[in-house]
Amino acid sequence: MTAAQGKAADGKTIQTVVRTAMRRCGTGRDALLAVLIHVQRHMGHLPDEAIAAVATAMRLTHGEVAGVVSFYAFFHQEPFGLYDCRLADNIIERHAGNAAVQERLGTLLKGGLGTLSTTSCIGLSDQAPGALIDGAPIPSLKDDRLEQVVHLMEKEIPVARWPGSLSRVKPNVRRADRILQQQAWQGEALRQAMTQGAAAFLEELELSGLRGMGGAGFPTARKWHSVREAAVTERVVVCNADEGEPGTFKDRVLLQRHAAALFEGMTICGWCVGARHGFVYLRGEYRYLLPILQRKLAARRRAGLLGQGILGVQGFDFDIQIRLGAGAYVCGEESALLESLEGKRGVPRPRPPYPVEAGFQALPTVVNNVETLSAACLVAVHGGAWYAAVGTAASRGTKLFSVSGDCSRPGVYELPMGTPLQELLQLAGAHRTQAVQMGGASGALVAPHDFGEPIAFEALPPGGSVMIFDQSRSISGIVHNFACFFAHESCGFCTPCRVGTRLQRDLVHKFTLGHGDAADLSELKELGLLMGRASHCGLGQSAGRAVGDALQYFPEHFPIASPDAFVQLETALEQARALRQAGGHTP
Amino acid sequence: MPKARLATVSLAGCFGCHMSLLDLDEALFELAELVEVDRSPLTDIRTMNDCDIGFIEGGCANEDNVHVARLFRKKCRLVCAVGACAVTGGIPALRNNIPLAELLATSYLQDVVDPGIPNDPELPMLLDKVYPIHEVIRVDHTLPGCPPSAQAIALFVKQLLAHEPVSLPYKELHYD
Amino acid sequence: MRFVIDGMTIEAQAGDTILTACRRAGYYIPHLCFHGDLPAQGNCRLCLVESKGRLLPSCLTKVTDGMEVASATEQLHTLRLRLTQMLFVEGNHICPSCEASGNCMLQALGYRLGLLDNHYPQFFPRRPLDASHPQMILDFNRCIQCQLCVRASDQLDQKHAFVVAGRGGEAHITASSSNGQLGSTSFAATDHAAGICPVGVFLGKGVGYVTPIGERRYDRADIAQAGDRNA
Repeated sequence: MTAAQGKAADGKTIQTVVRTAMRRCGTGRDALLAVLIHVQRHMGHLPDEAIAAVATAMRLTHGEVAGVVSFYAFFHQEPFGLYDCRLADNIIERHAGNAAVQERLGTLLKGGLGTLSTTSCIGLSDQAPGALIDGAPIPSLKDDRLEQVVHLMEKEIPVARWPGSLSRVKPNVRRADRILQQQAWQGEALRQAMTQGAAAFLEELELSGLRGMGGAGFPTARKWHSVREAAVTERVVVCNADEGEPGTFKDRVLLQRHAAALFEGMTICGWCVGARHGFVYLRGEYRYLLPILQRKLAARRRAGLLGQGILGVQGFDFDIQIRLGAGAYVCGEESALLESLEGKRGVPRPRPPYPVEAGFQALPTVVNNVETLSAACLVAVHGGAWYAAVGTAASRGTKLFSVSGDCSRPGVYELPMGTPLQELLQLAGAHRTQAVQMGGASGALVAPHDFGEPIAFEALPPGGSVMIFDQSRSISGIVHNFACFFAHESCGFCTPCRVGTRLQRDLVHKFTLGHGDAADLSELKELGLLMGRASHCGLGQSAGRAVGDALQYFPEHFPIASPDAFVQLETALEQARALRQAGGHTP
Repeated sequence: MPKARLATVSLAGCFGCHMSLLDLDEALFELAELVEVDRSPLTDIRTMNDCDIGFIEGGCANEDNVHVARLFRKKCRLVCAVGACAVTGGIPALRNNIPLAELLATSYLQDVVDPGIPNDPELPMLLDKVYPIHEVIRVDHTLPGCPPSAQAIALFVKQLLAHEPVSLPYKELHYD
Repeated sequence: MRFVIDGMTIEAQAGDTILTACRRAGYYIPHLCFHGDLPAQGNCRLCLVESKGRLLPSCLTKVTDGMEVASATEQLHTLRLRLTQMLFVEGNHICPSCEASGNCMLQALGYRLGLLDNHYPQFFPRRPLDASHPQMILDFNRCIQCQLCVRASDQLDQKHAFVVAGRGGEAHITASSSNGQLGSTSFAATDHAAGICPVGVFLGKGVGYVTPIGERRYDRADIAQAGDRNA
């Protein structure tokens, strides 16, 4: 990276980099994000000159490009030195002691060696604390491993030459069932579906009861059916691989070890709805999975499973492109994801129209997550009745759970839908559990009296992230971490979320300091309801949920302070006191 | 009916709200039938009894302002933020996004004769920013305006004394 | 086509949203980010109305025949009050020193809702002034992020002089030029974008405080009667 940074000063070289990027990524507006990612990789950062060059080459205004650059956390306008170190700062990482990493690496990187920043969750909560260093995942960053990283950085050895053991991510699959036991499909599932015919397959899909596994739970068959019925010639399949909910990492395992099932599932979808284009929107944090996914796609093209005339069937054309995200949680919301896929700022669209009516470039689009598309293969092979035989009436099949936090066996668990949370806690080796955050930061904070409840769409949120907190943890500290997360990840479009998430963050902070009073407490409750009812998209609508649960189920963690603690006078006087002690304010 | 006790004070304000109160002219006699003025710049009484109503004009800019606001909270049954500065910080809050050192340097050191930032220990220390009153103490009622008109103040007092919800006619509600 | 809002029956044309139909009928629903000449985007959330227990942005929601809508409820009043207070605390709205005071839709909305305080702690953000243009100053301290100037410059002026940059609390509107300055764009003071700001970001140079206090648009009448400043 350092050698490349020298190019920043040289306008001609920037233009060469931009031209190469556009040759590789495309010249249309939808390629903007990919072009910027490419240019940043080759220049180390995105200086104004690079933004200007991209704008000129892609015929966009400077502001349009700058607006996109400033939306995504992974773009930086300043050089970051030798190492771009992004430390995961989700509550699980905090509990795992990421403060020590922050201190150790922060001291080391100060003075130009690199830049240490924090990001929420990077999909390594089962082996926390973790960091992305120049995009490479470095799990379990403590003790010897931390010292090893420090040693390598002191010697200024590029990450590419670090020992492979440092960036080896353990799959940590603790319990595998149908989804994780699938074979690496090479067209078998697709052939089965095709034998049935699209209409019959859709009936099987409906019978299976398969629902969107990202958490929203929309019936998959209905989505596919709408797109198939649309009176147009072009349709699109999009895989949402932007798993950004703090504490989730199941897609990491699916992508790393079961990509064949995903690609086959997407191809089945493409065949069923009549789409020729498929996209995988891969979160920027998982960039390290890109080479392996590209290799698998290439192999499938060679095997006639992607491209033109798939399985030798004339007119069955479908291919898959992978597009990288660049660090924006809101892009997990499907319409924001589509905006991002079009190279824009990831601002959720008004709905209606829904993506099935007008999705990617206004074409009818199926957006499903990794797990849903992988599970579609099971329906193709075994049929809907087989799939539906497991689970509850409203939530069929099995589900992957990413378990992290205070337990002895963190990792991925595949369990039937409807499994009581208590059972999962036992399997994971959780003791003295005080609370469990189900479904990520936007999910529910569950107290012990509800541990017996089943995990299903109709009960405890089955989104997949299961963060366990034992008796030693501060509940207000946990929800403060989430409140900070939402304030950081709000896209800024609508008033209640843009302003409300910051107000919520500051109010919860008051309670973590022991300064909140009774009025603050009712304010927090009101704020959560307001964001929930008035926000434009799911991010704002769920931003107050965990805080609300904490206030309801753990009131003792929010003690009421005396009114005098209202303004922290000493804090407010710090600047003046420092000036006074500096001796008379004289020049 | 016994008179209600009213205390008033001007913190980081311009005394404009107090001037506006005096604009009641002969209606002041009517008001004097309803309230007994306790601590106030109008009476020049410096000590403070327990009061029914406390009017605070201006926000909190320094340490001393915070202590006075807290005293009002302690002594007054109803604390009212009166005027734009008390309600929002107002004009003094224009300094709020400038760090204190930079602010004082610009005011007292740059392009002035005999530069030097006043630093007498008797001077109350400045807060990092000017706080609206409701960010320092819990406030029961607010009356915006720069200043609120004499009629608005009189109506406000009457509504408070009658335990009615504060509600101003359209012409009397303004933020400037 | 007809629908009912707050017990009143209103005629609507095909394709009407609730807000456009109500505006034509002279029934006021609070709004800040809506303008009749531009497609709605629904980000200020002030025009939320209730239908079948759900809150819907009336600027985006199409009228269906016979639908029943509530706007003048106590719950929606409180919600709009809070949203207005959020916009006040988010920026630096020092009305006593603002040139747009008396002609500001945010302020007028406050008056209409009976807003007496800002309720929340103020953010006091540090926001820049852009005085680079020969005819106009942009004072972003008052910006409420309605994005009307962005949309007007894009769609009515075809100049793309403004963009939204940043994200979340950092989201802000800026001139679209390479140095971020309005003077380096093709913006002109006669553009639609110059007159569409509902608050006081766009200030003409060389003029100011022309209308005496007491005679300004919202001194004289409530916004429901006096109409939008940018209409």
